[in-house]
Amino acid sequence: MSRKRDNYEESRWRKFKSWLDGETDLLEHGMDAHEAVMREEDPIIVPAHGEGKEILKSKGIWRFKQFYKVMSVVLCLGVILTLLWTVAALPPRGDANNPDNNEVAARYIERGLQETGAVNIVTGMILDYRAFDTFGESCVLFIGSCCVLLLLRLDGNSEDKELEKMVAETNDRHFEPKNDIILQKCSCVLVPVILMFGIYIVLNGHLSPGGGFSGGAVLGAGLILYLNAFGYKRMGKLFTEKLYKRTTLCALTFYCLAKSYSFFTGANHLESGIPLGTPGAILSSGLILPLNICVGLVVACTMYTFYTLFRKGGM
Amino acid sequence: MSFVQNFPFFSIILAMFSGIISSVLSGKKARNLTLMMIAVTTALSAGTLMFCLKTGESYTYMMGHFPAPWGNEIRAGVLEGVTAVLFGIVMFLSVTGGLDHTARDVEESKQNLFYIMIDLMLSSLLALIYTNDLFTAYVFVEINTIAGCGLIMIRQKGRNLSAAIRYMVMSQLGSGLFLIGLTLLYDVTGHLLMSPAKESVELLVATGRYRIPLLVIMAVISVGLAIKSGLYPFHYWIPDTYGYATPTGSAVLSGLVSKGYIFLLIKIFYRVLGYDNLVGTHMVNVLYLFGVCGMIMGSVHAISETDTRRMIAYSSVAQIGYIYMGIGLGTTAGMVASVFHIFAHSATKALLFISAVGLYEVSGDRKDFVSLRGAAFRNPLAGIGFSIGALSMVGFPMLSGFISKLLFATSALDSPEKMMPTLIVLAVSTLLNAVYFLRLVITLYSRRRPEDKPLPKQTTVRSSWALRLAIICFIGLNLVLGMSSQPIVQAITDGLAMFD
Repeated sequence: MSRKRDNYEESRWRKFKSWLDGETDLLEHGMDAHEAVMREEDPIIVPAHGEGKEILKSKGIWRFKQFYKVMSVVLCLGVILTLLWTVAALPPRGDANNPDNNEVAARYIERGLQETGAVNIVTGMILDYRAFDTFGESCVLFIGSCCVLLLLRLDGNSEDKELEKMVAETNDRHFEPKNDIILQKCSCVLVPVILMFGIYIVLNGHLSPGGGFSGGAVLGAGLILYLNAFGYKRMGKLFTEKLYKRTTLCALTFYCLAKSYSFFTGANHLESGIPLGTPGAILSSGLILPLNICVGLVVACTMYTFYTLFRKGGM
Repeated sequence: MSFVQNFPFFSIILAMFSGIISSVLSGKKARNLTLMMIAVTTALSAGTLMFCLKTGESYTYMMGHFPAPWGNEIRAGVLEGVTAVLFGIVMFLSVTGGLDHTARDVEESKQNLFYIMIDLMLSSLLALIYTNDLFTAYVFVEINTIAGCGLIMIRQKGRNLSAAIRYMVMSQLGSGLFLIGLTLLYDVTGHLLMSPAKESVELLVATGRYRIPLLVIMAVISVGLAIKSGLYPFHYWIPDTYGYATPTGSAVLSGLVSKGYIFLLIKIFYRVLGYDNLVGTHMVNVLYLFGVCGMIMGSVHAISETDTRRMIAYSSVAQIGYIYMGIGLGTTAGMVASVFHIFAHSATKALLFISAVGLYEVSGDRKDFVSLRGAAFRNPLAGIGFSIGALSMVGFPMLSGFISKLLFATSALDSPEKMMPTLIVLAVSTLLNAVYFLRLVITLYSRRRPEDKPLPKQTTVRSSWALRLAIICFIGLNLVLGMSSQPIVQAITDGLAMFD
């Protein structure tokens, strides 16, 4: 005999069934409760001054926030203390018996010049001994600039017309031509020097301190200074997005192909056939010079692109 | 040296090269190039795997003219081969399944950028699998992080940007910890290549020098990679990230990216730090604890979600918990189970995300439970795909999830003090999985009610051939993993033995 329940609406089975049908939520006031209002299609709303206080009035959330602050300080202090404790236990700096003073460093120093042809040992290390890592690093730059393009380039087909209009109105190009005589005269003197110096650093990467990364950064800075002094219109004659794309493509493709050849011959114990030249001469050390030029071009282009994309108006 | 041994190197370089080339191609050409590249790299990985199975040993490959402690090196063995093949297949099917959604969600002029992200993501995954050098691992972890951010924010709508920022902050925190770990490790060992570093670590452990730094290194590397793969207390970025990306993005991020980091962690455990040292210092117990908490808490959160994609995302938290629980058991059997679960989960989770797309298409692109009622009748293939994925997650026999649960349970029997908690948590978690997954499956197969909101007109649209093909192949992959698991488990065991 089954007992008849009068209040079916209140029964557990009814509750379970309504949950199963997706009508109710089991944990309506769960952890995400204060965030539940914000869903994907909603725009991100920054709460105004009054609204924020409304939320904070709820006592549980207020307590949670206090607890959160205290705990984050405790956690940070814990991590800092642990790391300091570790540093104290590490080998002393500059000691000759340190573990990192081993056969690896010894060979880089003793035979680096002979094996890579580069007077600058650091360049020899990053572009010959450990060239794969450096190729990865230039790909990091490449993908970084792709991400910035993805985020900030406006192509005129986005759905948000208002935003686009606003952006078009504040475009930096409307404030051109620029007529800041002092800046222009100064940069007339400075830009050629900066660019020459950048090229010098890139080309002498295997001979003296420097190389593609640092020289490229100097080149990029020179381009940015020129842009600031003379504006987009003058710059457009020299550097466009098309040129940027082509330069990056050519530089990375050359790097990829050259290093693939070198990896392939190295791993299969074949002679690479690339002459190392006389150490100290500008045309020496095999692939290092062209690779430095590639890295320098990629870095200069990336720096300049970042700058233009973060300004209003795009490249 | 046989020509086949070049294949791992070819596959990494090919993926990077097609990313570079894609920057000047149109969206369509970039797409075709990417699909072709993924197919070719998968074939190359399969070649490597066959070679390693035939010779029965692993080999290292010099990246350049200089041998091990001086130059870069990659390494291929059975486990690397299996993982690379499986990741390649999952990547191919995820991209295929999301093709038309990618075309719709991503602006026309930015399509090629999306495929650059996919290409470099694959190259970084392959590099993480094959690497034998700690710093190479770090460089490609960076590429992986940035590509992941790109995949999330390519759909610039509402919450995606905040999800991308959250992902970036958490991921950078993980990378930072990992880098600190590498720096400390270099300071006490003086090596960045894995094999010489391991020799130094063993020497240090035997002589008892630098005990504190070694302990901190283990903790920092484990926690750094655990944050990046979304282990329980560090999981807060997961639901937004997986929930709001494009379908391909969700499938790749949940199925592959987090698994890539776990694979790297396992590789570092075995090939650098020494798994026995981790067991000896009780570091694995911490991972075990976090894993067990994740198994329960992830499922509890999933039950309370109404948005189905966020529900699937929270289920990932639980599954990552399973993997770390297996690593934390501290036995080889547990590790085998974990690696198998990496495979099972990447095949299943990608299937769930891709087939869910088919269900949203016929429900007016709405993702909540009520709108999905009866969706499986409107798109039968996607319904079957989703049900199979859900059943596999729950642990239905013949499917991949069952095998991994079985492996976890049997491996728990080897470690006496962890046996009872493991078995109990496994049972509870399975029950919770069943609660939320079967709830959704029942919803999919129940009739629409008259009071439900009417569906928009385009609900009769048929899914594209690409989506259907992807779902069918994913189902096949799941069945293969579930029914012929023996050779795969054997390969994992052999591969792990080669790691030492």
